[in-house]
Amino acid sequence: MANPTGWKPTMNPGVDAPKAPEAAGAPAPTGLGGATRGLVHEEKLVFEQGSPGRCGVSLPRPERGLDPALPAALLRGDGLAGLPELSELEVVRHFTHLSTWNHGIDTGFYPLGSCTMKYNPKSSEAVARLPGFADLHPLAPAELCQGALELMYGLERALSEIAGMDATTLTPAAGAQGELCGLMLIRAYHTARGNPRKKVLIPDTAHGTNPATSALNGYAVVQLASGPDGRLHPEAVAAAMDEDVAAIMITNPNTLGVFERHVAEIAEIVHAKGGLVYGDGANMNALLGVARPGDMGFDVMQYNLHKTFATPHGGGGPGSGPVAVKKVLEPFLPLPVVVKDGTEYRLVTDPAERPATIGKLREFWGNFAMFVRAWALVREWGPEGARATGELAVLNASYLRARLREAYHLPYETESLHEVVFDDRNQKAAGVVTMDVAKRLIDHGFHPPTIYFPLVVQGALMIEPTETESKETLDAFAEAMLAIAEEARRDPDALHAAPVRPFRARLDETRAARRPVLRWRPG
Amino acid sequence: MRYHPHTPEDVRAMLETIGAKSISDLHASIPEPLRLSRPLDLPPALDEIALLAELRRLAARNDTRHPPFAGAGAYPHHVPPAVDQLLLRGEFFTAYTPYQPEVSQGTLQALFEWQTFICLLTSLEVANASMYDGASAAAEAALLAGRVTGRRKVVVSAAVHPEYRKVLATYLRSTDDAIITVPFGPDGRTDLDALARAVDGDTACVLVGYPNFLGVVDALPEAAALARKAGALTIAVTAEAVALGLLAPPGALGADVAVGSAQSFGNPLTFGGPAPGFFAAREAHLRQLPGRIAGETVDRHGRRGFVLTLSTREQHIRREKATSNICTNAGLCALAATIHLSLLGRRGLDQLARLNHARLQLLRDALGRAGFAPVFSGPVFNEQAFDVGDAEAAVAKLARRGIVAGAPLARWYPDRPWAKGALLCCATELHSPELIELFARALRD
Repeated sequence: MANPTGWKPTMNPGVDAPKAPEAAGAPAPTGLGGATRGLVHEEKLVFEQGSPGRCGVSLPRPERGLDPALPAALLRGDGLAGLPELSELEVVRHFTHLSTWNHGIDTGFYPLGSCTMKYNPKSSEAVARLPGFADLHPLAPAELCQGALELMYGLERALSEIAGMDATTLTPAAGAQGELCGLMLIRAYHTARGNPRKKVLIPDTAHGTNPATSALNGYAVVQLASGPDGRLHPEAVAAAMDEDVAAIMITNPNTLGVFERHVAEIAEIVHAKGGLVYGDGANMNALLGVARPGDMGFDVMQYNLHKTFATPHGGGGPGSGPVAVKKVLEPFLPLPVVVKDGTEYRLVTDPAERPATIGKLREFWGNFAMFVRAWALVREWGPEGARATGELAVLNASYLRARLREAYHLPYETESLHEVVFDDRNQKAAGVVTMDVAKRLIDHGFHPPTIYFPLVVQGALMIEPTETESKETLDAFAEAMLAIAEEARRDPDALHAAPVRPFRARLDETRAARRPVLRWRPG
Repeated sequence: MRYHPHTPEDVRAMLETIGAKSISDLHASIPEPLRLSRPLDLPPALDEIALLAELRRLAARNDTRHPPFAGAGAYPHHVPPAVDQLLLRGEFFTAYTPYQPEVSQGTLQALFEWQTFICLLTSLEVANASMYDGASAAAEAALLAGRVTGRRKVVVSAAVHPEYRKVLATYLRSTDDAIITVPFGPDGRTDLDALARAVDGDTACVLVGYPNFLGVVDALPEAAALARKAGALTIAVTAEAVALGLLAPPGALGADVAVGSAQSFGNPLTFGGPAPGFFAAREAHLRQLPGRIAGETVDRHGRRGFVLTLSTREQHIRREKATSNICTNAGLCALAATIHLSLLGRRGLDQLARLNHARLQLLRDALGRAGFAPVFSGPVFNEQAFDVGDAEAAVAKLARRGIVAGAPLARWYPDRPWAKGALLCCATELHSPELIELFARALRD
């Protein structure tokens, strides 16, 4: 049968891939990311499957009936109607099928800017599952959890050293809660000096979590415009800085991947008026072992262990957002903190021992299972591995920048570090926009970059390759990007139909928001 | 190192394409004085064999030979191996927030199923794609109530989990909201007279544990009726979600919002985190929900698919006007819970809940024979406080036998006359009748 698309699968030549209806007339994806059509299963909701009477677990029979003390009015009357009834194999197939519709780092390149999608070591998973960690209760007496406390103590010190800070709390559940923690520390610091102050300065390149966090802390947001080089300039800060400003929040390198080279001067301006400098550590991968926020004037920063320290992103968490601080903020740290008395470790949970603490941010001690994974990576890195990580992350991003800069427009010529931001200016004349490029990348077998962020760039394509990707992978991605640029010139209309190869074509997001269907309903 | 694929030849070729002489040139935009001129002071690198040995050494310094009798917000449960093996599929494990729905349908459909499970368990109309944990979910629920009612007073039962109450206080620190704590009675249930006095026209919400921190199935319907009369929202807080397999769902008892932890489904203890927080509410509050929400839609060819939706509530669009600053949540933990709930299904969850409730009765009988009576008289599910004379001493004594005996309530309620002896213990499917007998004897001897 003639193949009207002209496309041939590259990975399994000789197999005539089944042609989806929507592929007709679509241009030729290159298969550079190795994607070809495979065996894809349609899959109903779990609630639409099974049969009454089935069950997927094996449990002993209850030895007693209901306690008569439980009033009938407080018992379920619906017999758990609506819950599915499936065998174990049906459940296994269901979730296995669902997983095949996902693209993860294990599947292929995932250059989602600002998210640091690096390889998640399998040995980290092995150690996180050791029963000594997995089965440990948070209220275990100290003598039964010395290993966990030793690990937390070691990780706190390593994170303080890497950031160039004096102390670290591991408690925050994710980066945004780390930001919340950081601003609470700042508020507590100012309050202790008699005035919590009113405003937080945030550059226009910042993540949305920064202003949202400030608002949650009761601070008004003053947005600062970055300069034509994509950097924040001391004059802009000086003009906005006064004694109502509690802090400035700076991401360094910023979301353009550009190092804020005036950061030390900016810190001086802010400190001179009594303000503090908050560092959003989302982009810490660029600096590992090369430079430390604490040496640049930052007073506090949050990490994202799921970014820099390779704990799994898990389809949207769990994250972990430890916060590192200078000495002046240490008394305010949330509880618990781990201390070492002689050779024994213990958790400080009583505010009487830390009267200035901001309190508790989450139940128990933090996302401990993420600490285990991060610590495993730190131990495998050592000082040289950490530095090599920072260097190779920048090498990979710089390489992609060099390979793509002819075909794609760079809104900022300024040198970038661990990520690079292009836009769609070169493609727009032909009617092709960033969304089309992103969706066509899927046809080539790659996860798209972060798109339409940062907001200061119209039609942004934000590419962060990370250090764990090989030159061959980067080359294949670059070839795909170049093929798309070529396609945009040759056949721009075809790009609007992308993606044509995944299991679902472009989804109607407007409809989802206008007529929200957010759950399955029985019957 | 094994995670860095670059050969010297790769580096040379890449630098040539870039037009740089050396790797250190690539960091030239960092001013020299800001660069680190020494190696980081970190422990030396380990190979994989040494790494596993070191982590095993640390794990071995934690004693987990017996399932703990402490619950108090983190419950020991059996996680079927199928859960973890499915969870470890790299396509789930190593994906991120499903910003690109066409290559994230697996995550999105699973989150849609999670939302459905949470709605079914709570009998509420909408749920989000998960929160950091139960405690921050409770705090976010109070913030939602403030936005919905425009009121600034949060009334919370003293029997709501103390860690949740501490987090609530931290989240409300920078607001003008007042937190009024209402006591509980000798039955371990919220004092309804005190609640009636505390709730008024300024009250945004009432938070009640269900079951509460003391293990007691609290007076949720009565509390909800009081709140409703005053125009306040009722927030039911559940740390032990297995209870919802047996107890009437909070939405059916008048709760407007139900939050808590679903750790008990599919998530190991891991020293208290991570665990999936859940957040469900009445449809009227949909636009005020924090966090991600998965929704159904169709693709260009009319086939069912799923996307993240209603994102105009969120920080990446609304910035300082967002309903919350939450971004990354606990997606993988929610997936674990969804898989476990799918395996359990209607019959399995019913059996699991009844089994937990049965084991608590075995524990109560065994402790009763050993001379330890319940502290509170209210009805319980799988957790109860017992008067053991000196709870801290009991914990220390059992620690010597490698048993986590429970949570001494004096740590959270130091001045109460009953507190010194009160040890909060749970019993689940992991506590066999033999283990329960052993525990009771160890506590007595």
